[in-house]
Amino acid sequence: MYKLFSGNEAIARGAYEAGVKVAAAYPGTPSTEILENVAKYDVIDSQWSPNEKVALEVAIGASIGGARALSTMKHVGVNVAADPLMSYTYIGVNGGLVLVAADDPGMHSSQNEQDSRYWGLFAKIPVIEPSDSQEAKDFVKYAFEISEMFDTPVILRTNTRVSHSKSMVKLEEPKEIVIKEYIKTPEKYVILPKHARVRHSEVEKRRIALEEFAGKTHLNRIEWGDRKLGIITSSINYQYVKEVIPEASVLKIGLAWPLNEALIKEFANGVERLVIVEELEPIFETQIKAMGIKVEGKSIIPREGELTEDILRKAFFDIEKTELYQSAQNLPVRPPILCPGCPHRGTFYVLTKMKLTVTGDIGCYTLGAAPPFNRIDTTICMGASIGALFGLEKALGKEFSQKTVGVIGDSTFYHSGMTGLLNMVYNGSTSTLLILDNSTTAMTGHQDHPGTGKALMGHDTPHINLEDVVKALGVKRVRNADPFTLKDLEAVLKEELTAEETSVIIVKRPCALIQKKHDTPYSVDEDKCIACKKCLKVGCSAISVDQKSSIDQLMCVGCGVCRQVCPKDAIVKAGVQ
Amino acid sequence: MTNKMADKSILIVGVGGQGTLLASKVLGQVVMQEGLDIKMSEVHGMAQRGGSVVTQVRFGEKIYSPLIPDEGADIILSFEMMEALRYLPLLKKDGKIIINEQKIAPMPVLVGAVKYPEDPIKEIQKMGIEVIGLKAYELAKEAGNMKAANVVLLGVLAKDLDFDENMWENAIKETVPERFLEVNMKAFEMGYNYNI
Repeated sequence: MYKLFSGNEAIARGAYEAGVKVAAAYPGTPSTEILENVAKYDVIDSQWSPNEKVALEVAIGASIGGARALSTMKHVGVNVAADPLMSYTYIGVNGGLVLVAADDPGMHSSQNEQDSRYWGLFAKIPVIEPSDSQEAKDFVKYAFEISEMFDTPVILRTNTRVSHSKSMVKLEEPKEIVIKEYIKTPEKYVILPKHARVRHSEVEKRRIALEEFAGKTHLNRIEWGDRKLGIITSSINYQYVKEVIPEASVLKIGLAWPLNEALIKEFANGVERLVIVEELEPIFETQIKAMGIKVEGKSIIPREGELTEDILRKAFFDIEKTELYQSAQNLPVRPPILCPGCPHRGTFYVLTKMKLTVTGDIGCYTLGAAPPFNRIDTTICMGASIGALFGLEKALGKEFSQKTVGVIGDSTFYHSGMTGLLNMVYNGSTSTLLILDNSTTAMTGHQDHPGTGKALMGHDTPHINLEDVVKALGVKRVRNADPFTLKDLEAVLKEELTAEETSVIIVKRPCALIQKKHDTPYSVDEDKCIACKKCLKVGCSAISVDQKSSIDQLMCVGCGVCRQVCPKDAIVKAGVQ
Repeated sequence: MTNKMADKSILIVGVGGQGTLLASKVLGQVVMQEGLDIKMSEVHGMAQRGGSVVTQVRFGEKIYSPLIPDEGADIILSFEMMEALRYLPLLKKDGKIIINEQKIAPMPVLVGAVKYPEDPIKEIQKMGIEVIGLKAYELAKEAGNMKAANVVLLGVLAKDLDFDENMWENAIKETVPERFLEVNMKAFEMGYNYNI
């Protein structure tokens, strides 16, 4: 049976067919849908963990226990999980372990475009790259076989286009779930220096064995065509090459690390001109040049952003550019925005009104950096709002920190905010942190987390109380505030900013998109409206001003933030006088 | 080389939250039933929050890339007027555009920093491009629910593709929840018969 699957759905199916028993992840675009789909196979025990490090450690434990285990994350998530990863490469597996790293070339939804193939060279872990959904499914299964065959964790590297493109996948029967016997083996599983020295030489032997395997595996294949041009490529780039230069000879790499020198040389010797088409970093190029092979790569293929057919066409052909259809008008950009009814709107309105400096974090509230608020001063990575807040206080003193706050979402706080807050208390910070608790992981599509009382597989779990957690970290001043009551939020902020100790304000309102019922929309009383445009300062897409303000009745969910900023009380509940 | 003559590329554009994904899902079902190869590309994550969204659908005997290059789209189905202008460079010289005559002002327009472009449909027509413009939400309202505007637009697109009408109806049945089926079927009919 065939199904139209996204790469992420296919990876999930591959895990199911491979007999995976345990799967753990933290959501992150473009990886999120993998675990959401894994969770639909109830034979796989799947979970959202608070962060990627914990997720990988859970998978590692399961692997040591003898089960096949999967952990999935976006590319920058692997940085968080790098510590256990760099140890587990020495330790090796019992049940197979596959880590999916989902890259985001072009940064559709990320802060950088780091190339996860480097983990192969760095951690000496095989890296496998599918180029469509069928391969995504099949390669997950191979990845588990390779993991167990070579006693190594394996990275399956995908990217936005492979993960979020749909293509046809042939479904097969799942393998029976087998749990290998767990035998206490401290010289393998306890990575003491004495054991690690032995394991390191195992890793080097493994590298050599894998290099040899790379010459035989069908993950790599040569498609001979016209011998004038040979292309070495992998992942989605293979598809672009086939569209643009269908006649060329191609060495399609499925095992991106390690490479097999003999295979590369066989291909290189068979063609007149050799070009490497790789997105982002010259990882193949550097290694192949080191083999002494003459090859072109980044001299014609860009190192930044996504590749496209158009880029390849320009790189390979001297084409005369035809005139494309193009509007003669200046088209306004359409950036993502906070939704109507978003609780972050009230918070950012108040922070803007008070002209505060804001250290930000990763989530929907990063949009507070955009007009009309322009309110975020720093965003670095998950959890960094807190360390950066404290560092600014250390550098610039108390006076500065009394006009500065950090903002972090609930899911991000559980991910990697807790240790930062503990540090503020421990080292005597007097700064103020706002935890914007919208009761979900909103940006990635509303996943549960420890504060929601629900787990990935749908069952109830203990509902962790955020205020209790904050207090347990040693914070004495914990306040609660409602982002839709602007005056109160401002008053609480004023008090806490002047306080001489670490303080936390939990700003709580569920995300507008998970609210089942919305309030009656507001509308504008045109007789009262003086078109002062103050309501535009809340940055709501439901509000526009022509001669007078008006509110789109389909979009408005009645949050009332705009009503509170209108100086003429011209904003009223629709149908109410 | 495979028979590239039969390949079709459809670009579906709109604003996050307009239901563009349902349209591509139904189209995908139909193409699968026909036994053709298909690739589709979607946008997830941050861009979905009211931003400009694109779905690319390509089908034929053998499709490699899920992305439509410049001058690669046979049809652009635009759920919003300005978005049609934005993606014009992707339209083939003899391509066609179906436009929902709805204006959704982006934030820079709402705050008065820039103006919404003037009469997008007229500008496109002046270039000599074949355009079908319709107020899909009004037709959807007639069908019983304004939210079915996406299915009205799908109906208009369906008329332009060589698949049987009943295949579309089957695909909608498989995709849409039972309780919304009647409205959506009606909405599809209205779109399908719009341009005769």
